[in-house]
Amino acid sequence: MSSSIETLSTMRRAAQRRLLQDRFGARVRITVGSATCENAAGAGAVHARFQELIADKGLRDVSIGRVGCTGKCDMEPIVTVISPGMIPTKYIRMTPERVDRVVDSHVVGGKEVAEWSLRHITTRRAARRVIGVCGGAQCLKRGAISLEAAFQSAIERHGVADQVTVVASACQGLCDAGPVAFVYPDDVMYQGVTSAAAERIVREHIVGRRPCEDLVWTGERLANRFLPVFGDVHFFGKQFRLTLRNCGIIDPESLDEYLVVRGYEAVAGVLTRMTPQDVVNAITRSGLRGRGGGGFPTGVKWNFAAAQKSAEKYIICNADEGDPGAFMDRSTIEGDPHTILEGMMIAGYAIGAHQGYVYIRAEYPLAIQRLEKAIADARGAGILGPNVLGSGWNFDIEIRLGAGAFVCGEETALIESIEGRRGMPRPRPPYPAVSGLWGKPTVINNVETLANIPVILLDGPEWFASIGTEKSKGTKVFALAGNVNNTGLVEVPMGTTLREVVYEVGGGIRNGRAFKAVQTGGPAGGCLPASALDTPVDYDSLAAAGSIMGSGGMIVMDESACMVDVARFFLEFTQDESCGKCTPCREGTKRMLEILTRICAGQGQEGDVEKLLRLADTVKKTSLCGLGQAAPNPVISTITHFRAEYDAHVREKRCPARVCRNLLRYVIVAERCVGCGACRRKCPVACIAGKPKEPHVIDAARCIRCGQCFEVCKFNAVERN
Amino acid sequence: MIQERSGLTRDDAPALPPEVEQFVKEVAERPHPESYLIAVLHRLQNSVGYLSREHLNAVSVRMKIPAAKVTGVATFYHFFTFTPRGRHRLSICMGTACFVRGAGAVLARLQEMLGIGVGGTTADGLFSLEVARCVGACALAPVLIVNEKVYANVKPEDVPRILEEYGFDRGAKRK
Repeated sequence: MSSSIETLSTMRRAAQRRLLQDRFGARVRITVGSATCENAAGAGAVHARFQELIADKGLRDVSIGRVGCTGKCDMEPIVTVISPGMIPTKYIRMTPERVDRVVDSHVVGGKEVAEWSLRHITTRRAARRVIGVCGGAQCLKRGAISLEAAFQSAIERHGVADQVTVVASACQGLCDAGPVAFVYPDDVMYQGVTSAAAERIVREHIVGRRPCEDLVWTGERLANRFLPVFGDVHFFGKQFRLTLRNCGIIDPESLDEYLVVRGYEAVAGVLTRMTPQDVVNAITRSGLRGRGGGGFPTGVKWNFAAAQKSAEKYIICNADEGDPGAFMDRSTIEGDPHTILEGMMIAGYAIGAHQGYVYIRAEYPLAIQRLEKAIADARGAGILGPNVLGSGWNFDIEIRLGAGAFVCGEETALIESIEGRRGMPRPRPPYPAVSGLWGKPTVINNVETLANIPVILLDGPEWFASIGTEKSKGTKVFALAGNVNNTGLVEVPMGTTLREVVYEVGGGIRNGRAFKAVQTGGPAGGCLPASALDTPVDYDSLAAAGSIMGSGGMIVMDESACMVDVARFFLEFTQDESCGKCTPCREGTKRMLEILTRICAGQGQEGDVEKLLRLADTVKKTSLCGLGQAAPNPVISTITHFRAEYDAHVREKRCPARVCRNLLRYVIVAERCVGCGACRRKCPVACIAGKPKEPHVIDAARCIRCGQCFEVCKFNAVERN
Repeated sequence: MIQERSGLTRDDAPALPPEVEQFVKEVAERPHPESYLIAVLHRLQNSVGYLSREHLNAVSVRMKIPAAKVTGVATFYHFFTFTPRGRHRLSICMGTACFVRGAGAVLARLQEMLGIGVGGTTADGLFSLEVARCVGACALAPVLIVNEKVYANVKPEDVPRILEEYGFDRGAKRK
């Protein structure tokens, strides 16, 4: 009988053969992004147009496929064209109309349509080439610290300063090959770079246009394959693609493509040569902590469940991503569903479970569909089900849908929901690891946590533990959104500062406005002001600053956001989502919301802020589950950092950000009003008076502050105060 | 939502759509059949569009779960709806990113123009208005979804034009 590893190798070779015959064998390969957000941006029509043209023109040597989320949301839909002898081109903001020219010029004619390519857009901003010197701790120790200067002086000596820029990049995860440096857009990674090598790279590569072959990095790592294919330094340079390693690279609906990127090798290896306890120990050594928000050490959790004596145990993947403004888990599942299955299998083996459940939001139809296909394909290949990979071990996975209840992200509420009841939390202890689903030992891990598992086992817990900070290992994925230039899915090593995420990865604030706050952790987190921008992203630092890591929502706000209104927004959410089981959460969130609502409506009273803080303290200390315990965080953090704004609302009945509708005053500035009457005709309550060609006047007493006069005025004569 | 006692028995409970009936039969054979209640409700809503009192009672009878419990579960989860929706379903995303970029003002304009609140349906049955939690298209914020079509970067002044695409008659509604 052959081992699981041998079974898998046979499977992978067959997958490689099939792919070579089919998609990878084609002369030109086109991939179109297809995740929920890409489809919303119009990727479906782009894909259809490519197919149509390929058929019409009879292009037999061109293959077209789909990939998952690339993370670069503001540039979607994204299309990659890989053709022989050329660096892959990423076309951004594609439309069906643009497809025609890309096919004619690039696919058929071999000439890139430069002005629509990501490379063109990014290099237009910077010098023509970029040398990224790894700024990770290991590389710095090995001498990278002087490399930037060495590159710089070599560049000056050769007089190519107008052609190349040197930047410090995030850790690239190639610590044992360090110091490493890459040249973009050529996508060449150099290892063991010394000052002498820097001189050679500038002379031979930059000036002579010939990569220094003997210095090129040749190893194989799972993480960061994104860079060579994508290579947008400004967005990806500070990033570290570990959990998102396959997203945007492989076709999420193809088991074959997952197999050739070492898919299921971790679980096959585990089944062949590790005991369950070995696996638990490896995860413990890696220092991995739960990515759902709590940050509980994963190895410890597994150890609790593994120690329970029970014939039935369960592993649950928590994909009930309920934070408004967070879409990391959806993108991961849509981009790389097999990784989640593999992570669950390894967890199942480690704790002694034979059944897994994925609890996923019903609002994620594409993610559900891809998971269903992945499960069916894995079962069909003998990877899931009885006798996994010929090992004699059984494991299967079933999908259970949530139904729009935020509290079900709490692990005991989630269990109630899978059991078919109202999702109301149970008191703990007993913890699910002891008594969970149907009273059996159960481990619940978040999607992102599970996506880390295969890499930890393939590249080793020690390697994983070398990334990040002392107490927070590895990377964290964030859904970066709000008023920031580059919105999207980003993954950074733990310890990266908020400033680096907002300004370097995120490209700063939109429309040149001023930064006001960054919100992490969703309704359970807090808003941090500019003074906290140098806080490193890790569990403990964020908590100390008054927010939380949370599951990964990161919303950047500029000066147009009213912090009282933001607090009200989150409270409205938690109050609505409170399951009502325990009094402090049910009543406390309602009372806090009432106070915030009246402050925003201009009816705030002296002492309201103190009342809020008292209530917040009680709700935090006495609620049953995490939802209630964290619900006051947005209120507390906005009061702590933006007290003046609360005072302006309460005392002066003024909203400094001009958001709270009842506190606004619309006035027509007589000097600018030409008397066109547009506002008078638009006003729904007829409170604007004035003769044609004479300045108009708004009757403030009757004004309902709908703002339509403000929008319609072409002469900026209506002012909002 | 459901106040009267139904007093229904196995014989007079209305029929469920065939695919739901089939699914109930299937899960009855699996371990923990009662745990599939939410899955059954999903299929029912998918097929009929909403959960009527009669259908909930039928689920209770078929799955042998008390009607009070079926109703309790159905009303706990936001995803389930108990009234028929309008022909065009407007769903404004209120995720944090959309909120920060001004979805609140878009919602206010929608409510003003349609004269309905969140969860409501216009008298002519043409539009219903819902608030979505987060559709995950944060880069396109604020996002308005009409049926399946996604409108990106929506501003309050875009609302009349979008509604008119679906047959909204401005003159008729204003008075």
